[in-house]
Amino acid sequence: MKKAFLVIYITLFNITNLMAQEVEMADTMRSNGKIYVVVAVLCVVFGIITAYIMSVDRRLSKLEKENKK
Amino acid sequence: MNSKLKNHWWKALAVVLVFYSIIYGFLGPVPHLPILHETIRNLYFHVTMWFGLMILLIVNLVYGIRYLATSKMKDDVYAEESARTAMYFGVAGLLTGMIWANYTWGAPWVNDPQLNGAAATMLAYAAYFILRNAITDEHKRARLAAVYSIFAFVMMIVFIQVLPKLTDTLHPGRGGNPGFNTYDLDSDLRKIFYPAIIGWTLLGCWIMNLRIRLRKFNTQNN
Repeated sequence: MKKAFLVIYITLFNITNLMAQEVEMADTMRSNGKIYVVVAVLCVVFGIITAYIMSVDRRLSKLEKENKK
Repeated sequence: MNSKLKNHWWKALAVVLVFYSIIYGFLGPVPHLPILHETIRNLYFHVTMWFGLMILLIVNLVYGIRYLATSKMKDDVYAEESARTAMYFGVAGLLTGMIWANYTWGAPWVNDPQLNGAAATMLAYAAYFILRNAITDEHKRARLAAVYSIFAFVMMIVFIQVLPKLTDTLHPGRGGNPGFNTYDLDSDLRKIFYPAIIGWTLLGCWIMNLRIRLRKFNTQNN
């Protein structure tokens, strides 16, 4: 019962949205000249670099531990 | 877990601060200045490279002097790897500066004392590595490199801190450019600029730390 209610609610919500002239969207990534997109890209790039350095660090630590034994 | 936190907190701090500078560097408020426009945000990325280089070269100088005092090879390894990491920052600083200059001053390389000083600094430290490679005896190499690094450090200070201030340069806060002083004082910029310097410097220290450990591992296994 609950599920059916949810489905009806979602479809109704979508239809009203489609009919509306100005559709409410998650506009964060598109506002302010789309600068957020650049921020997101840079975060991904730096995140990957960080992950890479971390993996090197971890591998080196492992080698050091094995070397100590 | 606790020892992990104790050993790695500064690496996490480095990453957090750089992320902070990337996110707020683009989204935060900046002063509206002619010519510069939004490129003023390069302050957080280009200028931090040079600050990172300078701090790592201070590390190089300190370990060079320490080697002269102690004659321990460990100090020499620290000195060499800090200079090597600093060179990466220098190359990044030169390239980002060229991009910035191209769009604000009209050319990637203008005849400016700050730029030529930066290039001369890079050459002085390139000579440091050439000198190292030219000497086969370990201790002799370390001693000469340490002495040279003192000289190179003084050259660096003269080339990028003293000479450009005595003459006109396009760089901010110097002779020919008083208008830029407003941005030196801007508190919005400082809030991101100083953390960014710390973040990038710590990241440089992390890479330097990895290289030192790798060297140590190699010497232990050979």
